[in-house]
Amino acid sequence: MPQAAQPVATTFFFYLLSGLAVLSGVLVITRKNPVHSALALILTLLSVSGLYLMLYAPFVAGVQIILYVGGIMVLFLFVIMLVNIEQSEKEKQFNQQWLPGILAALGLGTLLVVIYVKGKAAFALAPPSMPEADNTQRVGQMLYSNYMFPFEIASLLLLVAIIGAVVMAKKRI
Amino acid sequence: MPGFITSYLDKSVQVTPGQYGSPFWALVYILVVFGGVSLAVVCMNWLERKILAHMQVRLGPMRVGPHGLLQPIADALKLILKEDIVPEGADSFVFLLAPIIILLAVFSVYCVIPFGPTHAITDMNIGILFMLGVSSLGVLGIVMAGWASNSHYPLIGALRSSAQMVSYEIAMGLAVVSAVLMTSLNAEGTGTLSMIGIVQAQYAQHVWFVFKFFPLGLIAFFIFAVAMVAETNRAPFDLPEAESELTAGFHTEYSGLRWSLFMLGEYAAMIAVSSIAITLWLGGWMRPFPNALSGPNWDLAFSLFPALTFFGLAAMTFYSTMRMPKHSYFRIQTIGLGAFAAVFALIGLILLVPPVRDRVQDVYWFIAKIAVFLYLYIWYRGTFPRYRFDQLMKVGWKVLLPMGIAVLMLTGIVGLRDDIFLFLKRLVHV
Repeated sequence: MPQAAQPVATTFFFYLLSGLAVLSGVLVITRKNPVHSALALILTLLSVSGLYLMLYAPFVAGVQIILYVGGIMVLFLFVIMLVNIEQSEKEKQFNQQWLPGILAALGLGTLLVVIYVKGKAAFALAPPSMPEADNTQRVGQMLYSNYMFPFEIASLLLLVAIIGAVVMAKKRI
Repeated sequence: MPGFITSYLDKSVQVTPGQYGSPFWALVYILVVFGGVSLAVVCMNWLERKILAHMQVRLGPMRVGPHGLLQPIADALKLILKEDIVPEGADSFVFLLAPIIILLAVFSVYCVIPFGPTHAITDMNIGILFMLGVSSLGVLGIVMAGWASNSHYPLIGALRSSAQMVSYEIAMGLAVVSAVLMTSLNAEGTGTLSMIGIVQAQYAQHVWFVFKFFPLGLIAFFIFAVAMVAETNRAPFDLPEAESELTAGFHTEYSGLRWSLFMLGEYAAMIAVSSIAITLWLGGWMRPFPNALSGPNWDLAFSLFPALTFFGLAAMTFYSTMRMPKHSYFRIQTIGLGAFAAVFALIGLILLVPPVRDRVQDVYWFIAKIAVFLYLYIWYRGTFPRYRFDQLMKVGWKVLLPMGIAVLMLTGIVGLRDDIFLFLKRLVHV
């Protein structure tokens, strides 16, 4: 008889995907060649979308791939291809602002440690994960009922950005 | 092992192996689909050359095997034996990675293509979204190939290709959304993104989505049919590899096996997008008139089609065998063609066995529909001249995109017309 498929090797995939995400995230900032950085960023985004899948959020995972990997990163690569790579490889990779960097890293690091230690008390345990089957429908219903206003505001913001881009790109309108 | 096999073959199981949670059968299906698609690409290669040749009143490949039937095998052998060159100054890592990315993107799409209600690797509830997302990864491979070659023609080809694919993806997405809307509008049940669910919705509503809300479904299908040719970089939208201007576009610098990987990816992508179109608008695996002409007699009549097709092929091949020249030079070719006829007849006989007949007919109708689309692809290539780049952009952004938005809105309005009338009535009464 048909049975609900059980998740296989969940821990393994979690560590694999998060390891990939972190590793390729580091590669994004350490590679000198901008194309290699962009490719590493694509790997990061893909592994994050894999993590969404593991959280039973298939819709978010699909949209992540379509928008970020299929859309935005292709445009990134499109622009980078036209940049003169030899010149960018000669440029300095680090600026000398060690002090602000260390301070920011310390601040974020403390935040991480505090949340890790006190997290269970501060944030209640997440509600039981929604079943995968109707996750997409619930996202849709939420967007068009409870969160209609923020949703429309976001689309207005994007429209403003599009108009701004056109205005900046065209000399005479 | 026998446990696995019997677990899936029993009649009560009506789900795909992925849903059933059986890794063994999922693996078998993956291998079967991968092999089948590769075989289809080989056949398509031969058919394209042959059909194009006949359209241009040529003979096409005639030398290797009867009517050039073994030409693809000879080509494949040649490509495997050729030297694999990485040009000087190329970024070798990205250069070698690019064809693999394209193949991965294309073949991942086949995970959710439903060849039948039980004949799919798996069924995701974001099926169509997954397909669109993964197939958009193919652009990355093209861009990487063009950039890494460190050469002008590939770079220009990659630029053109990324601009083209990104623009047509939007029109394609809008057409797909209007089809997804149709699964829930003006009908029982809720909307779905699952590929199997979409076909079942068409069965439940007694209509293929091409004909729903006539002519809205037809227009959406038309938009998709144009955008899908542009997405796969085929004529008349084959600017990324326009031979007369860019030699071979983004894969100019590739040779040997890697070049053949690009070809495999291109043809597999054609089959993949055709099957998206079929699933969304043309009733997927369903035979013609599953509701109007239902009943055991019609079922039996339609289930004979696969066997009849193969008998027809066998008859044609046998006729060609009889017409072969009687000279001793052609003896081996005549024997080979006769063997082909015998194999076709044998397959036809196997397809007559009742259990096979019942299991295979979904797949048969799906593949028959794909074949029509692939013939159309070849026909386009034989008929239309190539677009200029500005014309291409104009068609994408100024024709298909507004049409897509209009169709989407009209689909919504027509689907909710009862609610809208109700609302207007209430407005008038107040």
